[in-house]
This record gives sequence, C-alpha cells and structure tokens, in this order.
Amino acid sequence: MAHPITEQQAPHGHADAHHDDHHHEQSFWSKYVFSVDHKIIGMQYMFTGMFMAIIGGFFAYAFRMQLAFPGMSVPGWGHVSPAEYNSLVTNHGTIMIFWVAMPVLIAAFGNFLIPLMLGCDDMVFPRLNRLSYQIFLLSAIVLLASFVVENGGFGGAWTAYPPLSAKAEYSLTPLGSTLWVIAVALEFVAFLMGGINFITTMMNSRAPGMKMWDIPVVVWMIVLASILFMLSVGPLIAGAIMLLFDQTIGTGFFDPARGGDPVLWQHLFWFFGHPEVYVVLLPAIGIVCEIVPIFARKKLFAYKTVLFTAFATGVLSFFVWAHHQFIAGIDPRMANVFTVTTVMISVPLAEMMFVIVATLYGGQITLSVPMLWALSFIGEFIIGGITGIFLGASGSDIYFHDTYFVLAHFHYTFFPIAIIGVYAGLTHWYPKMFGRMLNETLGKIHFWGTIIPFNMIFIPLFLLGLAGQHRRIWSYVNFPELASPEMQNLRVFATVSLVIMLLFQLVFIFNFFWSLTRGKKAGRNPYNANTLEWVAPSPPGHGNFAEMPTVYRGPYEYSRPDRDEDFWPQNVPAESSSS
Amino acid sequence: MMGKPIATTRSATGIPTGRLAVWWLLASEIVIFGGVLASYIIHRIGHPEFGDYAAHTNQHIGFFNTCVLLISSYFAVRAHHCAETGDGKGAAKWLYYTVGGAVMFLCVKSVEWTIEISHGYTITANAFWSFYYTAAGIHASHVIAGAIVMLWVASYAKKGKELQRVEYVGLYWHFVDLVWIFLFPLLYIAK
Repeated sequence: MAHPITEQQAPHGHADAHHDDHHHEQSFWSKYVFSVDHKIIGMQYMFTGMFMAIIGGFFAYAFRMQLAFPGMSVPGWGHVSPAEYNSLVTNHGTIMIFWVAMPVLIAAFGNFLIPLMLGCDDMVFPRLNRLSYQIFLLSAIVLLASFVVENGGFGGAWTAYPPLSAKAEYSLTPLGSTLWVIAVALEFVAFLMGGINFITTMMNSRAPGMKMWDIPVVVWMIVLASILFMLSVGPLIAGAIMLLFDQTIGTGFFDPARGGDPVLWQHLFWFFGHPEVYVVLLPAIGIVCEIVPIFARKKLFAYKTVLFTAFATGVLSFFVWAHHQFIAGIDPRMANVFTVTTVMISVPLAEMMFVIVATLYGGQITLSVPMLWALSFIGEFIIGGITGIFLGASGSDIYFHDTYFVLAHFHYTFFPIAIIGVYAGLTHWYPKMFGRMLNETLGKIHFWGTIIPFNMIFIPLFLLGLAGQHRRIWSYVNFPELASPEMQNLRVFATVSLVIMLLFQLVFIFNFFWSLTRGKKAGRNPYNANTLEWVAPSPPGHGNFAEMPTVYRGPYEYSRPDRDEDFWPQNVPAESSSS
Repeated sequence: MMGKPIATTRSATGIPTGRLAVWWLLASEIVIFGGVLASYIIHRIGHPEFGDYAAHTNQHIGFFNTCVLLISSYFAVRAHHCAETGDGKGAAKWLYYTVGGAVMFLCVKSVEWTIEISHGYTITANAFWSFYYTAAGIHASHVIAGAIVMLWVASYAKKGKELQRVEYVGLYWHFVDLVWIFLFPLLYIAK
C-alpha cells in the first residue's frame, strides 16, 4: 500500500538551499573509497566486517577439525600444529568480537541508520567518520599481517593474559603478539572516533519535532553502546600501552618478579571486556526491537522500560567484571560482591526479553525472514543468559571455569548478537540499503540452515564442558579421562554441524549478490513501517531526504484503532491522518 | 571542499556540536588516564618502596613545569576571551603563547628525563620508573597533540575563521593541565 509522503518544509529549509551543490558527479574513488557519506562508510564497515567474518569462520573450521580429527591434515589448511591451534583460537575470538560484531552491529548499522532514522543528511562530523573507518581498516590490515609474520600470529587467547602475552619467550610470537596489541588499540581508536560522532549526532541533529522519547530504540542502543564503550575502554587502552612496553622495551608492569602484577591486566581487561558484551548486545536488541513491532503490527511494549533497562544494564555492567576472575586469586569477599552484581544484571536483560515477548502478544505476526531472525535471537539468547547465571555464581563457577561449558555459554550469547542480530538487521534493512528485496525462500533456507546447526554445535559442547573438558587444548588424545569415544563422538558431531552451518552461509552470500540485481524493487517503504529511514528513497541518495522531515510522534504507532491504516509514520502530521 | 551537512548545523540540545564532541572526547580521555593512575595507585599501595624511588625525582623541576602549564592555561583563557569578542588575531596571539608554554614544558621535561636516565633511572629500572615514564609520557604525547591542534586552530583564527574552535581546544588544554595536576603529586611528592 503506497502511502503519500507528506513533504514538510523543515524549519532549516534555508540550509537545504546549498544542498543541491553536492549533486555533482563524483569519481569512483571519492564516491566509494574516500567518501564522507555516512551510508557509504556504513557499507565499508559492513563489507570489511563480513570479510573478516569469513576469515574468523574459516579459523573456527580449522581448529574444530583438529579437535574432531586430531593430527589429521585439515582440507584447506593442512596440519594444525599446537602453535597454530593457539593462534587460530585466539584470532577467531579477536576477529569475531572486534572485527565482526563491533564493525557490523555498531559501525555499519550505526552509520547507516542513525542519520536516516533521525531525519538528517549525514553525521555531524563526516570527515571524522571517514577517518574512523580508515583507522579501522588499518587495524584490520595490521591484524591480518600478524598472521603471516615470522612465528605466526598471537596465540595467548583473546584475553591476552600476561605473563604469556607479555614476553616473547612465553608466547613464542615476538612480532605476532605486538602486532595484535597494536591492531586492537587502533581498533579502539577508530570506535572512539565513531562513537563521538554517533553520540553528538543523536544529541544535536534530530529532525525538528523529534524529542528524546521519539528516537527509535536501535539508535538509542547504538548510542548507549558507544557511551559504554567509551567509558570502559580507557583503562584497557592504558593497559595495552603497558603491555606493549612489557613486550617491546622490557618494562615489568605485569611481571611479578619485577614488582608488577599479572592480575592487574585481568582487571583492566575485564573492566572493559564485560561491558563490551553489552556494547555489542544492546545494538542487537535494538535491531530486534525495530523488527518485532513492524512484523507484529503492534506498538513496542513499554518503550521507556526498554530504555531504562538498557541504562540499568549499562550502569551495572561496570560492576560485574571480576566474575571472570573467581579463580584468579581474588579476595573471596570480592567474589561475593561480584556474584550479587552479576545475578542482578540478568534482571534488566530479562525484562528486555519480556518486553519483546509482550510486544508479540496479540499482534498480527508475519514470519518474514527478519522476524524469524529476531525471534530466534530471543530464544537463543535466553539459553545464553540462563547458563550465565551458573557462571556468575562463584560457587558453581569454580567448577565450570575454563571448561567448554563457559565456551558454549558465551557462544549462546555472542552468536545471537554477532550472527543472528547481524542477519536480522541485514535482511531487514537490505531493501533500504540496496533498493531491492532479498529472496524470501532462500532467506528461510539460510535461516534454518544456520539456526539448527548452531544448536547442534553448542549443545554438545555444554555436555563436554559438564564432563570436564577444558578449553584451549590442542588435542585430547593424551588426556585419558577426556579421550573416551563418547566424548570424541560429541566433538565430531559439533564439528560436522559447524561445517554444515558454514556451507549454508553460501546461500546467504548467493542471495545477497543475486538480489542486488534480480531482487524485486523495494520502493520506499516495503514493510509499511513508521521510522524515518522508510521516508527516504531506497537506496537513499546523497543527502538522504528530498525534503528534510519533521517528526510528530514516536516510532511505533502501529494498528491504532482510531486510524484506517495500521501504521502512522513519524513524519505525517496528525491533520492528514485519516485517509 | 564540501559544505557542512545540515546535521552539523542543527543543535537540538542548544549546545554547539563541537563543544559536545570535545566533552565526550575528554570523557574518554579521563578513563584512559584514570586507568593509568588507578593501576599506579594500586601498585603504590602494595609497594611501600615506591616512596624511596620517588625521592629520586626532581620536585623543583616538576613544580616549575606545573607552573608553566598553569600559566599556559591562563593564556588559553585569554585566547578564548579574544575569540568571544571576535578578535581572531588576538586569539591567535594568545594561542601562540599557549603553544610556547607547551614547548617550554616539553623542553624542561627532556632535560629532566636526560638527567634521570643518565643516573640509571630508566623505564626498565623497576615498576616505579616504568609508571613514571609511561604516565608522564602519555601525558607528554597529549601536550604535543594539543600544541599541534592549537597551531592549526590559530592558523584559522588569525583570519577570523572558526573562532569557536578556540574554546574547544582551550577545553582540551585545561584537561591536559589538570592531568598534570594529578600526576605531579602522585609521581613526585607522595612518599
């Protein structure tokens, strides 16, 4: 149903006058490579993130094959040596968190959506935005370079605990570990710059009439995530400098023999590392909160509650970090405190899940591909959340620590975030990004081909963890109690499931590129949605909107009984409502 | 050169976007220095011998440099005052004086470090000296960055352009000054 777009003359109409000046022909380089346009920068982040995801997925394939078939030559990789195994595991984690989840969920969706959803033409600092991507790209190149230097990439786990990470004679990767620290630090700088852009854009550049509580949840979430990141990463930047000095010039910040303290690194790391979970989680929940009202044709249940629970999560996330260190020799009294805060933080997150379920209640639900991803996010994330309670409680964590139970738990949180959340957002906004619809059948094949194998990978790993299987071990052959045929069968099962899941990703890649040219034309507003990005053309041109929109209401006014249409875009004035 | 996007010209909060951005930048910087200082303080509490090492720092030089930074901050205030009254040339002049303070600070620091290193107090001597050089070094890199940005802002202000940036770089400079106010007693004085 086509809806007449109400062209509103924005109060800033005079500023639009110089707008047309921009529509001169740009060369390929200035349009796609050195662009300052937020949409292009968002795409750059997205494609870089997807490229890194392929590498991270391939690493997972290589080390899972080694675990299922120890000592076998892995097709496409070859024999996996213990050092290579360590490097693969380390960089799989590093890539998936810092070079996939963050660039795609925060930077790609943030760059693409924030100006569109706020009804403005770009970020407030376009050139800072471009610099942020360039530094991010540099960080990715430095990380990739670390794999091919002498002695290979860093293998001290993505948490980089000293003394293993601090000295070349322990890590055995003198250059690889230094490049790893530099790459991570550059990535932080890129996201600090991007974050300042996101926060100030949301604060200052909203469309006229858009109040704080009219901002779509996903924008709020990306901005809150940027604030969380900004306030938590500082100590780790300081720690990264200290670690770099320990590695390169021989200081002893983390060396107990010389007055240093290795546990200090754990504090600095997890003071960032735990809020980082919420840094990537909040945007994923934001995406789900955008999709569910559209495909349930219902107002988001308790918009403000979602935001207040997100604030609460953000505040609490600064007080939970030491639950990663229950067996690191911290004071047991401190363990009690962190157990309580960790169990507390599940309350606001559970509330967010309830809000989404309550939005579904009584709605007219369409199980479109984005909606399937959004719903599966809730189901899978709840498994991750509930298993987290066992790990947050210090009593049980002492047994589970560093087992595959932990590994399966955080994959049940990170997979919904970094894979399900990303696919939900990509399939939902693909029509806006590229002007074409994705193929629904292929989308559903891809969805089920991802979700079912995902559970088949990680449910066996929960069982292996409960049976005592420790993490970060190259081969279990030499551990008689872990090398039983039953356990080995579970490993093989998980690995085969992984291969199946990876193969199903080809369906998505095909769908993505096929639909670019063959997909049905999307039009401005294929879902009859309310938020401002659907007012702009698909794909939006430079400057986004022909006329800058004015906002009259919140973003989730669906199925109002007093209106004929079941949606009510934010930019349509009340007097033109009855149609 | 492209015109500014409409986004940049809006101000829903009533606060100029540039000033907002600087405050957020400072928020991110505070936690970086907060991390360094918290790590140092934790070590300091656990290692009483740090006090003996700290006795080898030169408090006179440290105090002199504190005064240099405070005076340069005053110059930054004068630059802001000029910028508010639309006097771009005056703002540039005071910014150059501020940069002079930064250069003076760095020169004094170089002399100080040279003396200390020649006495064997290098960055690898022990954990105290590691913190001493790392914390002051991160601070010094901010001094250098601030000086470069001030020169850049002054080059516009001279022509009467982008005068609002004088205030923003001033905010940053006060922050750099403030960090030193924390570093000086922690590294030099506390026994």
